Amino acid sequence: MATNKSQSMTYSLDIEKIRRDFPILRREISDGKPLVYLDNAATSQTPVQVIADITRFYRDHNANIHRGVHTLSIEATELHESARRKIARFFNAPTSDECIFTSGTTESINLVAHAWGRQHLKKGDRVVITEIEHHSNIVPWQILRDEVGIELKYIPMLSDGTLDMDYASDLITTNTKLVAVTAMSNALGNITEISAVVDLAKKAGALVLLDGAQSAPHLKTDIQQLDIDFFACSAHKMLGPTGIGLLWAKMEHLTTMKPLMGGGDMILTVSMENSTWADIPAKFEAGTPNIAGAIGFGAACDYLTNVGMENIRNHEMQITQYAIDKLQRIERVRIFGPLDSKKRGGVISFNIEGIHPHDVGQVLDSDGIAIRTGHHCAQPIMSALNVPATARASFYLYNTEKEVDKLTEALNTVIEYFG
Amino acid sequence: MSGTLLDELYKEIILDHYRQPRNKGELVNSTCSANGANPLCGDEIQLQVTLVDNVIEQIAFTGAGCSISQAASSMMTEFVQGRPISEALVGVLSFQEMMTSGVPSEVDGFDDIDALMGVAKFPARVKCASLSWKTLEQALDGNSTATTE
Ligand SMILES: Cc1ncc(COP(=O)(O)O)c(C=O)c1O
Repeated sequence: MATNKSQSMTYSLDIEKIRRDFPILRREISDGKPLVYLDNAATSQTPVQVIADITRFYRDHNANIHRGVHTLSIEATELHESARRKIARFFNAPTSDECIFTSGTTESINLVAHAWGRQHLKKGDRVVITEIEHHSNIVPWQILRDEVGIELKYIPMLSDGTLDMDYASDLITTNTKLVAVTAMSNALGNITEISAVVDLAKKAGALVLLDGAQSAPHLKTDIQQLDIDFFACSAHKMLGPTGIGLLWAKMEHLTTMKPLMGGGDMILTVSMENSTWADIPAKFEAGTPNIAGAIGFGAACDYLTNVGMENIRNHEMQITQYAIDKLQRIERVRIFGPLDSKKRGGVISFNIEGIHPHDVGQVLDSDGIAIRTGHHCAQPIMSALNVPATARASFYLYNTEKEVDKLTEALNTVIEYFG
Repeated sequence: MSGTLLDELYKEIILDHYRQPRNKGELVNSTCSANGANPLCGDEIQLQVTLVDNVIEQIAFTGAGCSISQAASSMMTEFVQGRPISEALVGVLSFQEMMTSGVPSEVDGFDDIDALMGVAKFPARVKCASLSWKTLEQALDGNSTATTE
């Protein structure tokens, strides 16, 4: 392994400068312990640039959108729509009209399940998901299975968390209508071979939904190049605010989908008898939307673009490999998922033999270190690994090797404490 | 590592029960049992009870979980063993009360259990401490998950 010094020359991120953009990283926890935030797979922190755009909206431009002739309403509408264009550009969507604002990945997937699924899936049609999905890409399909009678099949994972693609090719048959997979596991961090999944789906004539909640913040995403049909993600995991997310879908699918919610903003005309729907994307965005959230989402995309997604990925690969190597040196630590940082994002799930993750997380918190413990909303993975829960450290562009050192030091303390 | 707050949670007596749990194992002649789980943390417990004339003659638990859930299970079984159901149920209520108030209970024989008082300051851990008591209540209830042999 290369030394730290030569490693840090392989990418061009000025971490100290980046850290200054995140005021929360100067916070102290317990009694004077500087925050070490390693729970980025759950939610990321917010840079001042994003906070400023959200604040500026409420301070200078706050109004409802699409409905006024007055100046503020026109400004608010323009800010909202320009955020949509930024997001479309960030993911290289063919047009921003295909970008639907939702409250997050969960709503995006549910929108596909209920607005597309109920329209196009009938009894006996197969939907293929995987054993490594987040609950939000499992439960909506189970609901459709119970209500519509679709057949729900899972691509199993191999022992390192990667998907069993041989099994997948048997599973994705001609009666498969949709393959819905995560681009990166939130529990193990392994990166899905999307092109292999897309190839199988194409051969079977099935559509592909990609859950990008974990990949969008960390890997450059080019929706057109991926050649998929639906893409879901959440702003709060990519430096944006909570309560806003994206569903991108090909226009040919959006035109066949019925809106889930009716109300203001999504109609063209309403009479006592019936209504006609507004154009896409408005058709799927009933009611006053999360305007400030959308603006913050757009600002987060700008921030990530300025730093550069390749730089972020390189930094994360480096810090993840550094952490894996250090953790492996602690005797009782067992790391789940692939050990090669090229095959995973900045997520490391691990356990200390004989000590419950909850206790690990508690002691770490007293040292100011925030990690996640539990089943990470991915219980099928926990069953496959035969563990009730894991501890998970997850990194982002502002984390440093020094913070990894603090993590491993604290883990040694945990081992001393509980014996 | 910060001593004070953490030591309030992980008192020595708690770690002692965690390292050497009392009544851990299985009963051959149990009369009722129940399973409990905190899916979010991954704590689970299987509780077996032998009742004779409404008295808890024997009690044992198996399962896995964090130190708090394991120590609390151990302490709970130690407390209820040999007591009538009515007293065990008073224990259930008193424990709940302690988890909300953070004040030691006045129940006779709660000595070790009172050490769990500090858990009230850690809202995320109250579930862990309460699991075995909730499971005991279910087992004694004799309904749904409880089995009688
Ligand atoms: C892979 C994955 N999918 C979906 C979600 C759900 O995202 P949200 O809670 O923002 O809707 C998450 C969040 O943890 C996730 O990691």
